[in-house]
Amino acid sequence: METERFSWPRPFRPRIPGSGGYRSNRLLRRNAVWARLGALLERTPWGYRLFTATERVTKEQLFGCRMCGQCALPTTGYTCPMTCPKELRNGPCGGVSPTGMCEVHPSLRCVWVQAYERAEANGHTGDLDLLHHPADHREWGRSAWVNHWQGHETPPADPGPLLHRQLGVTPR
Amino acid sequence: MSGGLRAALAAGRFALTAELGPPRGADTEDFLHRARLLSGWVDAVNITDNQGARVRMSSLGGAVIAGRAGLSPVMQLTCRDRNRMALQSDLLAAGALGVPQVLLLTGDHPRFGDHPESRPVFDVDAVQAIGIARAMRDDGVLLSGEPLSANPGWLIGAVENPFAPPAGFRARRLAKKVAAGAEFVQTQYVFDVEPLRRWMAELVDLGVPPRCAVLPGVGPIRSLRMLEFLRTGVPGISVPPAVEKRLRGVLPGRVAEEGIRLCVETLQQLPDIPGVSGAHVMAFGFERGVPEILDRAGLGPVPCEPDRPVVVSGR
Ligand code: SF4
Repeated sequence: METERFSWPRPFRPRIPGSGGYRSNRLLRRNAVWARLGALLERTPWGYRLFTATERVTKEQLFGCRMCGQCALPTTGYTCPMTCPKELRNGPCGGVSPTGMCEVHPSLRCVWVQAYERAEANGHTGDLDLLHHPADHREWGRSAWVNHWQGHETPPADPGPLLHRQLGVTPR
Repeated sequence: MSGGLRAALAAGRFALTAELGPPRGADTEDFLHRARLLSGWVDAVNITDNQGARVRMSSLGGAVIAGRAGLSPVMQLTCRDRNRMALQSDLLAAGALGVPQVLLLTGDHPRFGDHPESRPVFDVDAVQAIGIARAMRDDGVLLSGEPLSANPGWLIGAVENPFAPPAGFRARRLAKKVAAGAEFVQTQYVFDVEPLRRWMAELVDLGVPPRCAVLPGVGPIRSLRMLEFLRTGVPGISVPPAVEKRLRGVLPGRVAEEGIRLCVETLQQLPDIPGVSGAHVMAFGFERGVPEILDRAGLGPVPCEPDRPVVVSGR
């Protein structure tokens, strides 16, 4: 139905199972070594470009990454939420078809349906409860890995205390 | 004028809301006519925001006009048409104009609307938009952290579709909206009460209902054409086979009545479901039928309550 010219984000089916993603997370999580590398990369423009290009190619191939620069993969079952046509970072919209297909691209599976299945298969459903902040659009094209190691991202908030907080019995 | 959703919920009454689309045009005659049909029968009316991604008068304009006509408007705002700046400025305008309820939602993709060539925004999602609104009202700050001169006073609403996959995540996703600040939620069409019951049980488990009023959506299917449209033309709606069979099983001239009967039956079952605080009636272009539906279900008209100013709570 859609031609390739149609350029809204398209739900992407990750090319590796979620377990592979979670393993890579252990490797790439922030530590002293990565923080040093991040600082070094930020000081050397050519190094940063080369590194970012590598990240782009790898993540594009595996997850359909669009380089938003603030990676949600570790909290979304290693399914990229920015490939959702509405770029929803907090869960699926209400338009998902009963068979789990995307509202905008009915031939493709909703990324959040995939995210849920992948998170569940790896015992990570709790991650999906995290509250993601609005994206910082200045970070597009920048390396999400370096941003992570350097602490340039706002980590999603734990809704636990929020959910259990007395929001005030309705109505306020 | 009724006291709106806040008063209904505070009184612990079964709250009733209905949907009212603003006009595609700069006139108000038909809009006011349809508004008057609902007046007195529901606690609040949802003024939709370019519903189905089709351009109409803005929901803010519609909400103000509906308010003048004595209704308590719920101003819907989609993230489809507004970035975070536009959202906040519209929310402030709603606060200043005394709009008593706002409802933040993602919105249908323009692909289905009358401007499929347009560029959608989706700068923030509904969960984030609800969080932004709550911070504006309760903390008196914009997303940027800048303080407001006076806090708006609206009640904050959300929507959810209990029947869309992933089934295991739908209740939790609403819980996220409640954690972000939603105080009432209206759902997509309910045609089958059993899955609603299961979803409600999950919500009760998560502790949602005492913090957030749940108003399941209902509406009559009035023709086989409408049935086909709901089945294939509207994202996220699932019409169960039993309903389809029932509507196709009657004489063509009786479909409308059967659809209304189905809607009435659904409505009658809602008050008994634990956690349900009310109902949201969606009857597009059939506002004249809403009083009859509510009457037959033994609900409404809503009691008249003294006019309460709902404008700004200054700080
Ligand atoms: S960096 Fe952004 S676009 Fe790339 S995979 Fe992560 S979330 Fe998706």
